[in-house]
Amino acid sequence: MRDVGIVAFAESQLTYGTTNTPVEMIVPTVNEVLKNAGIERTEVDFWCHGSCDYMTGQPFSFVAAVDALGAWPPIIESHVEMDGAWALYEAWVKIQMGEANVALVFGNGKSSAGDMNRALTLQQDPYTVAPLWPGLTAMEGIGACAALQAGTVTERQMAEAASRARRDGAKNGNVLVSGSESADELLSRAVTSAPFRDHDLPAMADGVSAIIIAAGHAAKRIAKRPAWIRAIDHRIDHQNLGWRDLARSTSAAIAASEVGVHNDKVDIAELHTTFSHHEQLLINALQLRTDATRITPSGGALVGNALMAAGLSRFGHAARAIFDGTADRAVAHAQQGACLQQNIVAVLEGN
Amino acid sequence: MSDKAADKPLRVRMPIGIDYKWCAGPASTDYLTGLKDGRLYGRRCPVCQMVYFPPRNGVCARDGVMLGESVEVGPKGTVTTFCIVNVPFLGQTIKLPYVAATIILDGAHLGFSHLLQEVEATDVRMGMRVEPVWRDKSDWDYSLENISHFRPTGEPDAPFDDYARYL
Amino acid sequence: MGANRCAVVGVGQTNHTTVRADVSIAGLVREAVDRALESAGMTLADIDAIVIGKAPDMLEGVMMPEMWLTDSLAASGKPVFRVHTAGSVGGSTAIVAAQHVMSGIHKRVLTVAFEKQSDGNAMWALSVPTPFGVPVHAGAGGYFSPIIRSYMRRSGAPAHIGAMVAVKDRTNACKNPYAHLHEPDWTLEKALETPMLWDPVRFIETCPSSDGAAALVMVSEDVADTMNVPKAWVHSTAMRSEPTMFAGRNQVSPRAGELCAEDLYRKAGITNPLEEIDVCEVYVPFSWFEPMWLENLGFAPKDHGWRFVEDGVTEMTGKLPFNPSGGVLSTNPIGASGMIRFGEAAMQVMGLAGEHQIDGAKKAMGHAYGGGSQFFAMWIVGSEKN
Repeated sequence: MRDVGIVAFAESQLTYGTTNTPVEMIVPTVNEVLKNAGIERTEVDFWCHGSCDYMTGQPFSFVAAVDALGAWPPIIESHVEMDGAWALYEAWVKIQMGEANVALVFGNGKSSAGDMNRALTLQQDPYTVAPLWPGLTAMEGIGACAALQAGTVTERQMAEAASRARRDGAKNGNVLVSGSESADELLSRAVTSAPFRDHDLPAMADGVSAIIIAAGHAAKRIAKRPAWIRAIDHRIDHQNLGWRDLARSTSAAIAASEVGVHNDKVDIAELHTTFSHHEQLLINALQLRTDATRITPSGGALVGNALMAAGLSRFGHAARAIFDGTADRAVAHAQQGACLQQNIVAVLEGN
Repeated sequence: MSDKAADKPLRVRMPIGIDYKWCAGPASTDYLTGLKDGRLYGRRCPVCQMVYFPPRNGVCARDGVMLGESVEVGPKGTVTTFCIVNVPFLGQTIKLPYVAATIILDGAHLGFSHLLQEVEATDVRMGMRVEPVWRDKSDWDYSLENISHFRPTGEPDAPFDDYARYL
Repeated sequence: MGANRCAVVGVGQTNHTTVRADVSIAGLVREAVDRALESAGMTLADIDAIVIGKAPDMLEGVMMPEMWLTDSLAASGKPVFRVHTAGSVGGSTAIVAAQHVMSGIHKRVLTVAFEKQSDGNAMWALSVPTPFGVPVHAGAGGYFSPIIRSYMRRSGAPAHIGAMVAVKDRTNACKNPYAHLHEPDWTLEKALETPMLWDPVRFIETCPSSDGAAALVMVSEDVADTMNVPKAWVHSTAMRSEPTMFAGRNQVSPRAGELCAEDLYRKAGITNPLEEIDVCEVYVPFSWFEPMWLENLGFAPKDHGWRFVEDGVTEMTGKLPFNPSGGVLSTNPIGASGMIRFGEAAMQVMGLAGEHQIDGAKKAMGHAYGGGSQFFAMWIVGSEKN
C-alpha cells in the first residue's frame, strides 16, 4: 500500500440558516483548504464530493458544486451520496491504485433547508417504515433505550458526553452550542423525548468541510507533519432495527478491528457522535481506553452537525491534532444512517 | 391457489411531502431585484471578464471564483440556437408549435433559454436578433417570467462567427 | 500505472420495461445481482464489498437507498459504497468498483446500479421546479435539441442521420432479449414519418423510460485465474468532469469527453481507436449523440461523425459497431443505463452477447455521460489480459 496522508483541512463557519446557496458556501472553504495546503488547484489530480439531494431539496444538487471547483480545464472528479468521509475513502482508493497523488475531498450540508428529522426518515424501508414517518430522533431513541436497558451505555455517560462536548465546543469556537454545565446539571434537566434531553441531540448546522490528502513525497512536500492514514475501513449494518443488536455497533467494531485501532495507544479519537449515547457505544466498539484517549476534543457533532460534512470534519480535527503535535496516533470516525448503521474508521499517525 | 387478487402485486400511492426553504443567494438576489424593476443584471467574473446572465450560483464555473460587479446587460440579444417544440408536456400551456431559443443578451456571454414569439417557427434562424417583450408592470415579480417572450428586432442576423464559440 | 489487474467475471441485468410492477425496488436489484452472481458461479457470501449507483434519490423517493438495500443484499458487516454522478453514474459506479480491486484493497467486488422510475414521478424528479429558476419552456428534450441543432449547423449533417441511428438501434434491440423496446419493423422511411417533438428531434430519436438494474462481479487477477468462466479484463478506466455552463463552453463536443477518451486510450495502450476497438456501447439517449460522440471520442474526424453513420460504420456489420444491444435508445433505466453499457461491452469480449454478439470482439468500450454533457465515465475491456 502507498503511504497517504491528510495534509490540509478547512471547515466553514458553522451556522444555522445561511442565505447563501450551497455553491456560495463551498467556494470559500475549497479555496481555504487549498491555501492551507499552499497549492494551486491545478495540482489537485482528483476531486471527490459527498452530499445528499434530500438535504438540499433538489435532485442533482451536487452538479452545481462542480461550478465551485474551477473545473476548467476538465478535472477528474466524482461524487458520493454519502458523508464527505466516504469521499475521502474514494480518493484514498484512487491514490492507492496510482491514479492520483493529490486529492481534494469535501462534504457540504444545509440542515436549515428543511426539517431534517423528518427528511431523514426517507432513508428507511420505503414500504414498511418510511410511510410511518418515525423521524430520526425517535429511531435514535429506540437505539438509546436498547443500549440503556442492556447496560452498554448509562444515562450518566450520555450526560458526560454532552457536558464535555459543550465545554470543548466553547474552546473550539466554531460550533453552534456550548456551555460549562456539569453532567449532574445536565441530568437535572427535563427529559424532552425519552430517553433524550435536549442536549443529547445534535445541534443541526449548515457547513462545509474540506480535506486534502496526498501520497508519499507529495504529502511531505505539502505538510510539515502529515497525518498518515495508516489504515481505513468502513462497514455497514442491517438497516432494519429489529435485526440488529442496538446495544452495540457491530459495523463500527468490525471497521475498528480491521484498521487495528487497539494495536497501540490512541492519543485522541474524533468520534462522530450525533446523539450522546453514540459516544459510549463507539468507545465500546472501538475498544478505546478513556483514561488514555482524549475523546472528540473538537466538541463534535453534538455541538455542530453539518450533515454530510460533520463526518469528514472528524477526520479533519483528528488530523489537526497530528499536524500540531498534540497527538502521535489518532482515530477518526464518521457514521451515517439511523442508530450508527454505517461506520468508517481510520488510524492516523504523525510518524 | 387461483386467487387472482393475491396473484397481482399490490401497488399503493404514498405521497411524500417535505418543505424546504430556498435561498437565492447574494448574486441572484441582485438579478432578481433587477427583474422586479424591469432591468437585466448579470455579474462579471473578475478573472475571465465574462458576464454571466443569469448569474446562476454566483460563481464563475470556469475559474472557480465568486462573480464580481453587477453589470446591466441587454435588453437586445442574439439567438444562438433553438428548439421547435411540437409536443405538449407537463405544465406546458403555450400553443404548439413554438420556439424555445437560447439567447445571449448584448453585453453578456452566456446563453439562457426563453420563448421566441411574434415570428413563424419556420422563420427562426440561428443568429437572429431579438428583444424582450415585458408583461404588464403590475404582474412583475422576482422572476425572469416578467419577460413574456422575446421577438425579432428586424436587425440583420449576427454572423455565425460572432456567436459560434458560445454554442 | 501500478494498478493490479481486474476482471469482470459476472454480468447480469434485469428484463427492462416501463413498469416492473411484479417486483419491489429490492427485488429488481436482486434480479440483476443474482444473474451476475450466477454467471460468475458465485453467491453473495463470496463478495467482499458492494458498490451501488443510481441517479437522484427523488426518482423513487428513497434517500440513500443503499442503506436500506443492505438488508436484501445480505451486506451486513461488509463495506457498502454509494456513487452518484448524474447520468454517468452507472459507468462511474462500475469504475469505482473496479478500482476497489485494482487498488488491491478487495478481491471480489459486486457492483449494481438501478432505477425504478415507475415507483416515482421521473418527469418531476428530473426537474423539480425551484423558486427563482429560469423558466423552462421546452420539456425533457428541450435541453439537448438546441445542442443537436448546433451540431447539424457546424457539421452540415443531413436531417435524416438521427433517424438512421434510431432505426439501427431499435433493430439491434430485437436481438437483445433484455431490451425494453422490441420493435422489428422500423425502416428509415417510417422513422422519418414519426412526429417532430423537439425540432430537430423526432419521436423515434428519443429514448424510452424504463425500470431496470444491472450488476457486475469483478475480481482480482489471482481469483480470476482460478475461475473457469468467461472474463473481461479491465484494460483502462477514465473519468472527467467540467462545469455545466460557462461562457465559451463547447457543448457539442465537450472537452471533458475528449480528454477522458484520450486518457482512456493512453492507459489501454491504444493509439488508433478506430482500428483497435472492435465494438462500442456508447451512451446515446438521443440518436444524434451517436455522430457527436463518434467525433468526441476520436473515432471520426471533426464534422465527419455523421458520414460514419451514413456509411454504415456503426452497424453491427460495420467496422465499428455502436450499441449492438440497442443502446439507451431502446432501454433507459437512468441510473443503470451506464452500467448496462459497461456490462454489454464486457459481454462482447466474454462472448456472451448471444444474438447481438460481434464475432471475434477482443476489445470493447463502455461509455456513459451525464449532467449537461459534463460528466464522463469510460472503460476499455478486453478478452485478453492487458
